[in-house]
Amino acid sequence: MTHAAFLVIAALAVASALGLVLRRNAIHGALFLVVNLGSVAALYLTLGAEFLAAVQVIVYAGAIMVLFVFAIMVLIPGKEETGLDPRRGWRLLALPVGALLALQLLLVVRAGVGPVAPAAAVPGGVEAVARLLFTRYLLPFELTSVLLLAAMVGVLLLARRRV
Amino acid sequence: MPPLAWHALMAFIVLNAILGLVAYVTLLERKFAARMQSRIGPYYVGRPHGWLQPIADALKLMLKEDVVPTAADRGVYNLAPIVFLVPCILIYATIPFAPDLGVADLNIGVLFFLAVSSLEIVGLFMGGWGSNNKYALLSAMRAVNQIISYDLPFIFAALVPVLLAGSLQMSTIVAAQQGLWFVAYPVFGQLAFVAFVVATLAAENRVPFDILEAESELVAGFRVEYSGMKFALIQLGEYAHMLGTSFLGALLFLGGWLGPGPAWLGPLWFLLKAVLVFLLVTWVRWSFVRIRVDQILAISWKVLLPASILLLFATGLWVATRGAGA
Repeated sequence: MTHAAFLVIAALAVASALGLVLRRNAIHGALFLVVNLGSVAALYLTLGAEFLAAVQVIVYAGAIMVLFVFAIMVLIPGKEETGLDPRRGWRLLALPVGALLALQLLLVVRAGVGPVAPAAAVPGGVEAVARLLFTRYLLPFELTSVLLLAAMVGVLLLARRRV
Repeated sequence: MPPLAWHALMAFIVLNAILGLVAYVTLLERKFAARMQSRIGPYYVGRPHGWLQPIADALKLMLKEDVVPTAADRGVYNLAPIVFLVPCILIYATIPFAPDLGVADLNIGVLFFLAVSSLEIVGLFMGGWGSNNKYALLSAMRAVNQIISYDLPFIFAALVPVLLAGSLQMSTIVAAQQGLWFVAYPVFGQLAFVAFVVATLAAENRVPFDILEAESELVAGFRVEYSGMKFALIQLGEYAHMLGTSFLGALLFLGGWLGPGPAWLGPLWFLLKAVLVFLLVTWVRWSFVRIRVDQILAISWKVLLPASILLLFATGLWVATRGAGA
């Protein structure tokens, strides 16, 4: 049952990721990304990480994706308005970078993480995540929030100069 | 009975009960609005008080011609009503209507509700964009602005009862209100309830926050190109979302199914409280005028969000010194 669920969800995730890359229409791509992020949340659910799944949906599929779509719609004009991409040659860079990434993935899979422990080991989820965040991972957690704060202040500064 | 079959049966019952309830909530709103404007409201279909009006409306919408604009992005346009409706119905999955009477009383129930209801915007946006109509698109952009701005205060306001109860599970939150409903908690309760109602108004796009359908400027907003059954699905989703949020408000602040009388009266109490929250929102809707976009955003970012964060912080301090739960 869990295995079948994993196969279906993983297939959905891969298919939507392909849709994201292959669609010409940027908005369609973004909508595929919503499906992709949603299926990742479903994968978390099959692992028993309910809290993580819910947060994934709230933060990524709900808020961040919508902002993506919004930015695409407002800021990126259609091809007929911009003409050809002036830096077309740069796209060739995708090949070596992609190959490197594929190699890395292959190595990771070969090394084998081993079967992930069933999530029953983490009761509740919320409490476990909170405990880890505020004890073992306190420093990275706080550093990330400082980073986000800096980004926010930077955005405010940039936007202020425009107006 | 195996648990899977039990859940499926429960889901079937809840789904159908909700759809029937939502149909009659529209009648309630029309009657209520009519009374506020010294009218009678629906009357002739199902005399004497228009009891058959929702059925007639549904039949009419089903029989209407389905018009698709030629310039529409067909795939996105056709999918949008479903993508919009599904989260609006799914929010009922974790609401228990009495102890052990609900589809699934998850241990992250409140979080599930918030997560699923934040997905509603995707369908709304798809509808506005896929219609390829400038009014629909403008409405979708306004909706994105507004819903992103009010999601955070909504979540923070909903987290105050969660903190007070010390649990994300809906049934535990109700049990924690056994002695005193959270709305009656000194200061925290009332402030959180006010923040919740304001954020609810915005999340449901009701007046004074209904700029995304502002009929005088945007015709009917993102659903202007929809007709027939697709329009019905969007309407259904909107009212289901409204009622679901009312149920959440009744559960978080008004003690859910707690009330005098025998235990089997619980679901009725719960329904009554949810309808009261719904009527409160409707009351505001028919009493105020629409405000401007910049005012809406300013209210959220400059008043409601800092206030709700402060409130959550204060509640946290209070719980830390007094201990959570009842």
